[in-house]
Amino acid sequence: MPKKKEVLLKIRDLKIQGYSDETWVDIIKGVDLTLHRGEVMGLIGESGAGKSTIGAAAMGYARDGTRITEDSSIEFDGMELTTATEGERRALRGARIAYVAQSAAASFNPAHKIIDQHTEAPLQYRLKKRMEAQEDAVDLYNRLRLPNPAEIGFRYPHQVSGGQLQRAMTAMAMSCRPDLIIFDEPTTALDVTTQIEVLAAIRDIVEQFNTAALYITHDLAVVAQMADTIKVLLKGSEVEEAPTAEMLSNPKEDYTKSLWAVRSFESPQRFRKEGATPLISVKEVDAAYSAGPKILNNVSFDIHEGMTVAVVGESGSGKSTCARVITGLLPPQKGEILFKGEPFPADYRQRNKDQLRQCQMIYQMADTALNPKVKISEIIGRPAQFYSGLKGAALKARVDELLDLIELDPSKYYNRYPPELSGGQKQRIGIARALAAEPSFIICDEVTSALDQLVAEGILRLLDRLQNELNLAYMFITHDLATVRSIADEVIVMQHGKVVEQGPKDDMFKPPHHPYTDLLLSSVPEMDPNWLSTLLEERGVDNLGDAAAAKIDPNDAKIVR
Amino acid sequence: MGDILGLVGKRLGLGLVILLIISVIIFFMVELLPGDIAEAVLGQGATKENLAAMREQMGLNQPAIWRYLQWLGGALTLDFGSSIVTQEPVMSVIGARFANTLFLAAYAAVIAVPFAIILGVIVALLRNTVFDRVANVLTLTSISSPEFFLGYILILFFSVKWGMFPAIASLSEGMSFADLLERTFLPALTLVLVVVAHMMRMTRAAIINLLASPYIEMARLKGAPPWKVIVKHALPNAWAPIINVVALNLAYLITGVVLVEVVFVYPGVGQALVDAVSKRDFPVVQACCLIFAATFILLNLAADVGAILTNPRLRHPK
Repeated sequence: MPKKKEVLLKIRDLKIQGYSDETWVDIIKGVDLTLHRGEVMGLIGESGAGKSTIGAAAMGYARDGTRITEDSSIEFDGMELTTATEGERRALRGARIAYVAQSAAASFNPAHKIIDQHTEAPLQYRLKKRMEAQEDAVDLYNRLRLPNPAEIGFRYPHQVSGGQLQRAMTAMAMSCRPDLIIFDEPTTALDVTTQIEVLAAIRDIVEQFNTAALYITHDLAVVAQMADTIKVLLKGSEVEEAPTAEMLSNPKEDYTKSLWAVRSFESPQRFRKEGATPLISVKEVDAAYSAGPKILNNVSFDIHEGMTVAVVGESGSGKSTCARVITGLLPPQKGEILFKGEPFPADYRQRNKDQLRQCQMIYQMADTALNPKVKISEIIGRPAQFYSGLKGAALKARVDELLDLIELDPSKYYNRYPPELSGGQKQRIGIARALAAEPSFIICDEVTSALDQLVAEGILRLLDRLQNELNLAYMFITHDLATVRSIADEVIVMQHGKVVEQGPKDDMFKPPHHPYTDLLLSSVPEMDPNWLSTLLEERGVDNLGDAAAAKIDPNDAKIVR
Repeated sequence: MGDILGLVGKRLGLGLVILLIISVIIFFMVELLPGDIAEAVLGQGATKENLAAMREQMGLNQPAIWRYLQWLGGALTLDFGSSIVTQEPVMSVIGARFANTLFLAAYAAVIAVPFAIILGVIVALLRNTVFDRVANVLTLTSISSPEFFLGYILILFFSVKWGMFPAIASLSEGMSFADLLERTFLPALTLVLVVVAHMMRMTRAAIINLLASPYIEMARLKGAPPWKVIVKHALPNAWAPIINVVALNLAYLITGVVLVEVVFVYPGVGQALVDAVSKRDFPVVQACCLIFAATFILLNLAADVGAILTNPRLRHPK
C-alpha cells in the first residue's frame, strides 16, 4: 500500500526535448509525478513512451542529444534539480539517487572487478573506507542471496551469469543507501526462471531499507508484483495513475485497457494429420561448437507441414543451436535431419538451391539482421532473384506482392532503408525476406522478444495469417510462454541440450508436467499482485530460478500434483 | 593463463614464419636484379676471366638455394657477410649505426607516446571544444608536413634564431648522456611531431567510441566526474586499438627516419642504407632490410600481445 508520508520526488510539468532532423522535438510532453519516501512507483508503457527518459530526468540527467526544458521542475527532497549546478546534481547520483540498468552485462565495466565498481561511489563520497565498503558489499551480496557472497565480487563481470550480475548491480545501487533507486527494466533481459530470483531480491532489499523506487518496465505482470502505484505513459504523456490493485482491476482509459488485453490473442490449435510424413525430422542429434562441450544431447523431434512448433527453455538450453543444425550452419556430430523423409545434407554448402529455399530464418534483432545501407526492395528482392530467377518487372511485381503480404504499402516502402522503419516494421521486412524464398518451413528465433506487446501481437497475428494462407510450418524459438500459448500447436521444452518434454500445446499447459516445465510455467509472472508473494511462500526463497533448475535432471519423471 | 601463453606462442610462431618469407623475398629480389655482385664489385671494365674468378672466389657459382641457406644461417648469428665496398663485415658497418637509430627512436618514443595518449585523453574529455579543434589542426598540420621540412623549420627557430639546440646531431666519443640528449633533441622532436597526430587521434577516437556504452552511462549515473569517466572507465577498454597504432608508429620511427637523419647529419642506419643502395652494396642492403622487417614484426607482435594482455576476458577466463 502507498505509504502517505514525506514527499521525496516531485516532478511538475516535465518537458524533455530530443534533437532530431536539426530541430528540437518534445519527447516528454509535460508529465507530473509525486513519489513519497519508501514508495515504489511503476512506470509502464511501450517503447517510445519516455519511461527511461523520465527515470534519468529524476536524477537530473539528460542523455546525450536531449535537454530538459527550463519551465520543468524536478524537486528531489526539497532541492530543485533543474536549476542546480552540474556539480550539485552529480553529488546526488550514486549517493542519494541510484540507477539500475536494463542489461547488467553491458552496464558493468568489463575492465574492473565487480566489487571495485561497487565501492566506487562510497569511496568517492568518502562515506566509507575501502575495507569497510567491501565488507558492506559482501553483506549486501548476502542479503540479495548471491551464491558465494564473500568471493563473487572479486570476479570480473564476464565471469558471472546475467541474473547474478543484475542482483550485483542492485547491490551496487544500494552501496550508499540511497533514498531513491531508478530501476530501468532490470529483468527484461533475463529468463523467466532467473527473473523471479531478481524480482524477489529487489523487492526484499527495497523493503529492508525502505528505499523509494521508480520501477520502469513494459511488463504489466512484473510491475504488478513490484509497485505500490502504477503510472501508465504513452508517447511522452501520462495516461493515468492509480494504486496497483485498482489499476489492475479497474483501468479507466481505453489505452490502458488495450494494454491489459494484449494477451488475448490465441490461434486455434492444429493437430497432426494421421500417418503424414513430417516436414522436418530431427533424429538423435548431438552437436557442439568446435571442441567445446556438447550443446545438444540426443535431440529428436518432428515438425509437420503447416504447423507451429514452439521450442522453449532458458538461454543456453540449446534452442538456437537446434535451429543452426536444421539450417545446416552447424553440422551435427551425430544424427541427421530429414526433410519429408529424405535425408537433408548436414552442411548448408552441400544443399542445392531447392533444399536451401525450403528452410528460412527470421531473427530476434531485426535491427542487426537487416543491412542498414540496403534498400527494402533489394533486401526482399535478392532472395526472390536468387531462388526464383526473377528479373525486371517480374521481380518488382514479386516485391510488391511480398510487401502487400506483410501489410506494408509497396509504394511507400519500396525505396526506403531499414533505419527509417520502426521495430515492428523492420521485423515485417525480415518476414518478407524469409517469404521471398517461397519456403515450406521458417525458423522464428525469438522474433517478438525485442518488440512491445502490442507490436508483438501484430507480428504474431501476421505470422498466423501467413501460415494459413501459405501452409507454412514454423519452428518458434522463444522463452516467453505467453507467446507459446498464443501461437503454438505443439511445444518442445529443452533443458541443458535435452528435450525434457514434447507434445500438443493443450497437454503442455495441463499437469502432469516434467519438473522443469513446471518450474518454467510457475515462473511466469501473473497479473495478480500477490502472485510473487504466494509463489515465494509455496517454493521458499532458496528454491527459485537457477537454484531450483540445478536440482532438476532432464531425465526426471513427470510430477503429478 | 594457459590460453594467453598459447595465443602469444601462436603469434610468435606466425611472426617467425613471416620473417622467413620476408628473408626469402629480400634475398631473391636482389638475385633478380640485373648483373650480380661480381659485376658490381669489378665494374664495367671487368674481363670475363676476372668475373669468373671473382664469382668462384665469392661462391656465386653455387646454386641460389644453397647461398640463401648460407646467408640465412649467417644472419641468425648476425653475420651478414662483408660489405662489397669496404670489405668490412656488414655488422661493423651498420651495427653501431643501428644502435644510434634505436636510440633516436627510443628518445622520440619516450616523449611521443605518453604525450600523444595524454593529449588524446584530454581532447576526448574536451571533445568538440576549441581546444579539441586546435589540437587536431596542429597535429594534423605536423603530420602532413614532410619530415625534412619540419626539421628545417625547427633548425631555423631552435638553432638559428634562438640558439637553444645544435642544428647538427653529430656524435662524438665520450659524450655525456646529457650532451647526447641535447645534441639529438631536434631530430627527436621532429620525429615526435610526425608520429603524435596518429596516436592522439586514435586515442581520442577509441575513447569517444566507447562513450555511448551502457557502462559509461552507469559510471556517470554513479556520480563519477567526467575525467574519471574517461580515465577509469573508458581508457582501460580502449587499449587494444591504441596499442596497435602505437606499435605501428614505433616501427615507423625506426624504419622511416632516413630523411631526418640526413637533415641532421645523424650517424644512423638510414644514412648507411642510402649509401649502400647508391653503391649497390648488396650485403648491406639485405641486412638493413632484414633488420627493418624484423623490427616491424617484433613491434606488431608486441602490440598483439599487449592487446591480449589488456583484455580482461582473456586475462581472466571463466
